[in-house]
Amino acid sequence: MDITTKNTEDAPLPPPRPTVAEQKRNARGATRPGDRVFLGLSRGSGILLLVIMAAIAVFLAYRASLAISKDHGNFFTTFEWNTNLVPPVFGIAVLVYGTIVSSVIAMGLAVPVAVAIALFITHYAPRRLGGAISYVIDLLAAVPSIVYGLWGALILVPHMNGLFGWLNDYLGWTGLFSWDEGAPRSMLTVGILLAIMILPIITNVSREVFRQVPQMHEEAALALGATRWEVVRMAVLPFGRSGVISASMLGLGRALGETMAVATVLSPDFDIHLSLLNPGGGTFAQNIASKFGEATQDGRDALIASGLVLFVITLLVNGAARMIIARRKEYSGANA
Amino acid sequence: MPTTYFARRRRWRLWKELPKVKLQRKNRLRALSLGAVAVSGALALTACGSDDTSSGSGGASASASSSSSIKCDGAKGQLLSDGSSAQKNAVDAWVKNFSQACGVQINYKAGGSGAGVTAFTQGQIPWAGSDSALKPEEVTASKKVCSGGQGIDLPMVGGPIAVGYNLSGVDNLVLNASTLAKIFNSKIAYWDDAAIKKLNPSAKLPHLKIQAFHRSDDSGTTDNLTKYLIAAAKSDWPYSGGKTWQAKGGQSAAQSSGVAQQVKQTNGSIGYFELSYVGDGVTPVSIDTGASAPVAPSTDSATKAIAAAKVVGTGSDLSLSLDYATKAEGAYPITLVTYEIVCDKGNKADTLPTVKAFLNYMASEDGQGMLADLKYAPMPDEIIAKVRTTINGLS
Repeated sequence: MDITTKNTEDAPLPPPRPTVAEQKRNARGATRPGDRVFLGLSRGSGILLLVIMAAIAVFLAYRASLAISKDHGNFFTTFEWNTNLVPPVFGIAVLVYGTIVSSVIAMGLAVPVAVAIALFITHYAPRRLGGAISYVIDLLAAVPSIVYGLWGALILVPHMNGLFGWLNDYLGWTGLFSWDEGAPRSMLTVGILLAIMILPIITNVSREVFRQVPQMHEEAALALGATRWEVVRMAVLPFGRSGVISASMLGLGRALGETMAVATVLSPDFDIHLSLLNPGGGTFAQNIASKFGEATQDGRDALIASGLVLFVITLLVNGAARMIIARRKEYSGANA
Repeated sequence: MPTTYFARRRRWRLWKELPKVKLQRKNRLRALSLGAVAVSGALALTACGSDDTSSGSGGASASASSSSSIKCDGAKGQLLSDGSSAQKNAVDAWVKNFSQACGVQINYKAGGSGAGVTAFTQGQIPWAGSDSALKPEEVTASKKVCSGGQGIDLPMVGGPIAVGYNLSGVDNLVLNASTLAKIFNSKIAYWDDAAIKKLNPSAKLPHLKIQAFHRSDDSGTTDNLTKYLIAAAKSDWPYSGGKTWQAKGGQSAAQSSGVAQQVKQTNGSIGYFELSYVGDGVTPVSIDTGASAPVAPSTDSATKAIAAAKVVGTGSDLSLSLDYATKAEGAYPITLVTYEIVCDKGNKADTLPTVKAFLNYMASEDGQGMLADLKYAPMPDEIIAKVRTTINGLS
């Protein structure tokens, strides 16, 4: 700011910078080839993206409509997926439930931990320790999902018995945590595995957001006598809130669409079980992965129809997240 | 809470360090490279894991030496095929020997029977593998591809489907169709159920919950098991059957390897899979078919069951109708037959010699003789003789 004041005193005024509107006008009449090439490239990319999305949507909708018109059950309420019957019978109720429940469990477990890790790295940990933790978290993100699946099936599942027994003893009366001592390949295990898988992405984004907190906000809070926790609560968290929400939505997107890890760990069936500990249930992506290999033409169309529903759910979730972020922007301090 | 002097100093240090974000980039690069190491390690791991499923292929290399008697008969070029994964190990072993002897490149994708039949009826591949015979509408569809002819089924590979269990202290479990149906339909919940005790008077059965595992994906294995249950215990298995598991309750896992893995690591469990998955903590159930002694799954007992099958295909089609309720001595009733599907007439001229030569090798004594080592059941003599005649008549 003080540079401009100096300019007014002892140097001749620079030519006025063109306003945004003027720049736009110039762009249209741009004569330099670089401008035109770049304009074409960026506009082309934008259009290409829209065309691809539209093509995917049309393809999904067309194949889905073929399948749904043949469906002998109710597409939304049938608790069965048998496309080998003539006529085929299938419904998505179980998949909707399973997908949402596993993702909600994953978010419930991962978001608090991820935010805590991000806060620890940025505001509490000594520099070296923080670096080491960031590094380990980055490593978690690099592990492919099938490896998480194998780890879940071979190591996590056999070690869940203790936790499940404990939950059953103390919380079994709620119904949500009753357990019939089957192998613990259930929605809760899947949720825990998904939580580990989405932890790095939420942590990384939150960490970057917390790093952006204006120093002045923190200093101001400290000057008012705030403790470290109060600084976090009053300056850091409100500033980072929209960032944390976007981070969570990125994680949720991964949890909703996770395929191989769920297919390896879960023991799927086509029923909605109140208990989160008993094996059963299923998710969209897992169902597509398990059924695709032996699917006939009808079966594939039915799976595509379920894919369309997942597409819509993801769209709704992202829309909701954007709305939340847009609403919070004014007082979050993100524009400070 | 008042802030201590040290806390304040540390905070000050933190702020001083805040703008130094540059260091971060270096860290990330290092994380990436280490991540790559982790990924490649993981890939190696998965590769080891999948070895399990083809445990029979060791036998393939052993029998490769005796492949001198293969007749190539003008086989040349490339051959693409797709279909049943149940016969994959057998076809892979055949392909290995045949391509060595004749210099032909054969690629069997094992993408599933459905995929194989679809590709065949669309004319993409000259030969497909399937674990069920062509349906009437598929035969109709094949007429477009086979000019003047139609698709036919040639039974080539048999496989006993073992019902395997893991129950410590019990070595030789005998079950019949009715108890099996009740176990898989959650009607029998404990190992010391009266029905199981009756079949196993000398076994010490614990009061332990039965954990029944089935396939979560659609499968010919499920299809054949449920066909057996329907044929031999209709009243206890109130479902229509098919490749999709229909019974309620129990647990599921993907692929035979997944089911076998679960049975292996869970005491008190039972599941079904190809014979090659038996062993290593998984014991096969002997089936009380009504014959004088219970029958254990083996390649021999499966071949005996296939011998009791009737050929129901018309013309040159050799599709079999297995007698799942067979009481023949030593015949294991839960058996799967995979077919090779080709055109009887109107095969494409450029692939016909290769397909014929390769099918001939499959059906030859050498080809069938390799099967037992791979834990598959060879076709009985009477049926394989018909198959050979049919192959020679392909045009």
